[in-house]
Amino acid sequence: MTAGSYSSTGEAKDARFEPSAFKDFAWTPENVKEVETILGRYPPGRQHSAIIPLLHLAQYQMGAQTGHAWLPGPVIEFVAKQLDMPPMRALEVATFYTMFNLKPVGRFHVQVCGTTPCMLRGAEDIMAACKARGLKKGAITEDGLFTLSEVECMGTCANAPMVQINDDNYEDLTAETMTAILDALARGETPKPGSQTGRQASCPEGGPTSLTEVAA
Amino acid sequence: MLADKDRIFTNLYGFQSWNLAAAKKRGDWADTKALMAVGQDAIIDAIKASGLRGRGGAGFPTGMKWSFMPKEPAPGRPSFLVINADESEPGSCKDREIIRHDPHKLIEGALLAGYAMRARAAYIYIRGEYIAEAKVLQAAIDEAYDKGLIGKNASKSGYDFDVFLHRGAGAYICGEETAMLESLEGKPGRPRLKPPFPAGVGLYGCPTTVNNVESIAVVPTILRRGAAWFAGIGRPKNEGTKLFQISGHVNKPCVVEEAMGIPFRELIEKHCGGIRGGWDNLLAVIPGGSSVPLVPANEIIDAPMDFDGLRDLKSGLGTAAVIVMDKSTDIVRAISRISYFYKHESCGQCTPCREGTGWMWRVMERLAEGNAEPHEIDLLLEVTTEVEGHTICALGDAAAWPIQGLIRHFRPEIERRIAAKRAPMREAAE
Repeated sequence: MTAGSYSSTGEAKDARFEPSAFKDFAWTPENVKEVETILGRYPPGRQHSAIIPLLHLAQYQMGAQTGHAWLPGPVIEFVAKQLDMPPMRALEVATFYTMFNLKPVGRFHVQVCGTTPCMLRGAEDIMAACKARGLKKGAITEDGLFTLSEVECMGTCANAPMVQINDDNYEDLTAETMTAILDALARGETPKPGSQTGRQASCPEGGPTSLTEVAA
Repeated sequence: MLADKDRIFTNLYGFQSWNLAAAKKRGDWADTKALMAVGQDAIIDAIKASGLRGRGGAGFPTGMKWSFMPKEPAPGRPSFLVINADESEPGSCKDREIIRHDPHKLIEGALLAGYAMRARAAYIYIRGEYIAEAKVLQAAIDEAYDKGLIGKNASKSGYDFDVFLHRGAGAYICGEETAMLESLEGKPGRPRLKPPFPAGVGLYGCPTTVNNVESIAVVPTILRRGAAWFAGIGRPKNEGTKLFQISGHVNKPCVVEEAMGIPFRELIEKHCGGIRGGWDNLLAVIPGGSSVPLVPANEIIDAPMDFDGLRDLKSGLGTAAVIVMDKSTDIVRAISRISYFYKHESCGQCTPCREGTGWMWRVMERLAEGNAEPHEIDLLLEVTTEVEGHTICALGDAAAWPIQGLIRHFRPEIERRIAAKRAPMREAAE
């Protein structure tokens, strides 16, 4: 490789992730309608409010179209233009909120919650299980499938430890169930989201201690 | 223990469907028009009389907050209700259960609260990571529009009221009410200086009230059953029912609705199957989410779980997110991980918080290893007081308090680690 194939941060360049490849980004027909719905939620002249929802939508579309849900510069500029917003303002939003991926991620973004309530219930074992399966923090696995991140509290503390993978939560995890979920995803299966011990939502294990008539 | 007949969230665990048909069977949307017909001020008075205090952490009286809104909105300057569903305080996971299993309670509450404060619309700001939850809530909102419960002439009341869902994208700070307004306007979530307060200048410069999901979702039931019923549960100034979220080292972590003021021991015994390893194995509890100071075992065991009961222990009820730690816990690391959280979530606007949260975390990491000088404990304590109270919003305070609680109650443990680390070095030198 020549020196020119490295970015300024020293990472090897990958043609799939050249930002210029996305300069013709445009909404799918379904998303054109979705954008109209979103814009309808805000008063006239206040369309800047839609920046977060539209960046979400763009990142989803990128995931569906390329297998990598992220926001290259030209996509952020596209959204900014739609809202009549200076591109720098849109970039400011994209960099402030952690859910926007400014670097490519694998087909499955494995986000392990590491904050104290999950840590007390074994989040470090979950993280170790991911690493043992070959996942690396902030990097895409060779097969393009996985990117590992440690995230802050996901609001699922009574079902700790947990991981969010793309749109789904997997809760009440052990190292074994975590590994099984990753194996299933790699095989192209869709593991059942929610509690992996089979309990109902955040009801106490073994059955409710209140509202027992409702549950019956 | 609270009787099932006094529980508001009867589908807390989702044993039944969240949808409108099932919600109506549970009593939601039953003659909402009649609840509105008593008049706007009568609704506010009822909420004041119920004793409801905000369920988002600060515990400010909800009815009083509503009364700050203008009685007659000026033309071209509508009032807004913003509902805080940005549940991100470590330990908190109650609003999620309301949203995914009982969303119609929230939507009906939005109409009633919005009507009482003369708001034109409600924006529900849900944290971006609640993806499945947002889908359910949007579907429930669509159902309510379809049946004319909200929108033009909402519930045939003659009042027009919209409810909009807005997703965030991963920023704890947006749970702070003015940061939430900034975010709703399409900007990074950096808290605003107050005054002006949102009731005067809020969303789009218009009068705005920000309320927590649970505060709004309990409103329809309070109005149906009467303020006296709600006020009859719990202790004076700490009335009503509350969703408790118990995580950490209990046998059965769960979310459960209980009476305010339930003793800690009863809460854990009745609903959580006890402390892992038994009561003698309890080390400490963070009773109200990560930002409140921890309470050691002997002080919390028989304490009433409400605003004043926990304030008396120099801690707080917060969101009633009860994080339980048994004696296997590395208490310094557990708190240090919270320090990391605040470092990660500081918006960077105020120097004491931006610089202080990182500094405090780095010292905490060294204290966890004992890799420090004894005087650094007091230095850290001193720095927490330099951050606390010196920032625009309460994130600086929230970063300081857990460390203060740790040093207040576990100073000998920190000193022991430092001494243990230094002993081999002394021996080597001799």
